Amino acid sequence: MTRRSLLAVLGLLLAKPLTVLAAWNEQAFGAKTAADALKSIGATAAAPSKDILIEAPQIAENGAVVPIEISSNIPGTTSIAVVIEKNPFPLAGKFDFKENALPFVKLNVKMGETSDVRVVAVAGGKQFVATREIKVTIGGCGG
Amino acid sequence: MRWLQLAIAGALICTPVFAQDAKKEIQKYQQMIADGSPVELFELEGEALWKKPQGPNNVSLEKCDLGHGAGVVKGAYARLPRYFKDADRVMDLEARLLHCMTTLQGRSREEATKRVFGNENQPSEMEYLSAYVASQSRGVKLAAGTSHPKEKEAYELGKALFFHRAGGWDMSCASCHGEENKRIRMQELPVMSKPQFARPIMATWPAYRVSNSQFKTMQWRINDCFRQMRYPEPKFASDATIALNTFLTVTAAGEPYRGPGTKR
Amino acid sequence: MAGPMKMRATTTGGTTEVRVLMTHPMTTAQSGQALHFIQNITVKQNGKAVVEAEISQAVSRNPVFSFRLKGGAKGDKIEVSWLDNKGETNKIETAVA
Repeated sequence: MTRRSLLAVLGLLLAKPLTVLAAWNEQAFGAKTAADALKSIGATAAAPSKDILIEAPQIAENGAVVPIEISSNIPGTTSIAVVIEKNPFPLAGKFDFKENALPFVKLNVKMGETSDVRVVAVAGGKQFVATREIKVTIGGCGG
Repeated sequence: MRWLQLAIAGALICTPVFAQDAKKEIQKYQQMIADGSPVELFELEGEALWKKPQGPNNVSLEKCDLGHGAGVVKGAYARLPRYFKDADRVMDLEARLLHCMTTLQGRSREEATKRVFGNENQPSEMEYLSAYVASQSRGVKLAAGTSHPKEKEAYELGKALFFHRAGGWDMSCASCHGEENKRIRMQELPVMSKPQFARPIMATWPAYRVSNSQFKTMQWRINDCFRQMRYPEPKFASDATIALNTFLTVTAAGEPYRGPGTKR
Repeated sequence: MAGPMKMRATTTGGTTEVRVLMTHPMTTAQSGQALHFIQNITVKQNGKAVVEAEISQAVSRNPVFSFRLKGGAKGDKIEVSWLDNKGETNKIETAVA
């Protein structure tokens, strides 16, 4: 990196308030297809694994809140990412587990329509994936 | 005739099996969203509002008598609606809250009912308070009042209203909630006049609706059913709405309350 | 001002479960309103970061998360903080029960 660009970068870093310096992968979260989302988190060649457990209802009564409970039994899992195939921006979240945190997370996501939900786990530098289809219905009489 | 027998057999096999699987999966969905629902945040806010001095008298609702004595919130929701001597009227939770807002806090009915139904960005005071008070009846068996003459009257009126067809579309509550195994889209329609179906419902209202992130109360529920039937809008905490609430809660008597609920 | 949070942390059989509720609109681009959603969440146990998460507007309004920690003892301090795309933050601290 040239001295000038280094100074430019430093200038940018100092100009932003400290709170906004938390990392947020704009490229990955801005990906509009599942393939692009997976690519930006390095999971294109993720190997299917039965040791990623996805607990979720097959049918969500409403797509605004879809509960998903994820657990990885792959030894040494350090992170879990959730990709919702048919969402406009498929990457829903990425969780990094440190110290004694277990590779487990339960969260509620929005799903625009029935879609595959892909869960990517990273363990020992390798990527693994499990998929689950969740159907989304619209409940009730609009009331 | 064989094709007819096959067709009937096919129809009998296909529909109920899918319906049963779908029902089970939806139950799982309901279970998972209820476990760790934002409803607890409404209960928290409600508790804060209960304790907040308001109105011309600048007092909180902490001396409000919900049926178990002034300020006793635990178990009170499960015993509503019931007759209150000081108002000489059968009241449900929201009617009683309104009563305390006007008598204890000195607020006008107009001001206190200005915005009874809120939205996802700004829930109403009634919604927060309902969440809090209802939460304090968790585990308590539903036991709306049935001994006082006015309570009996309210029950009978509610029952009559439930089956009475009216409005532009000539509908009654029973039009949708009067027959078993009916649904609108994927929403089951419980027969609210039968205890076995009314019980799990009345045990989980008021409730947080995940579909619109709003907390819905029983007054809202009845108001919205009226809207869907194209009835004129009922007055907030009117005799008719309290009568219906009474009929429904008495029909569900004995069910351990487990709300506030979390629904689609 | 950020809305209230609620958290419960309990330990049984060698595992500590943390459940945290957050008040946040999590508005998406789809809604036509301004994008406003939590982007970062940090979970700390006795001051040490144990979970770092990046999330999107695809997480439901008023997010609820559950996490699990190996070990953990009664009285341990659990802190969950969040930061959204507008720079707003909130946090809550609870002792493990």
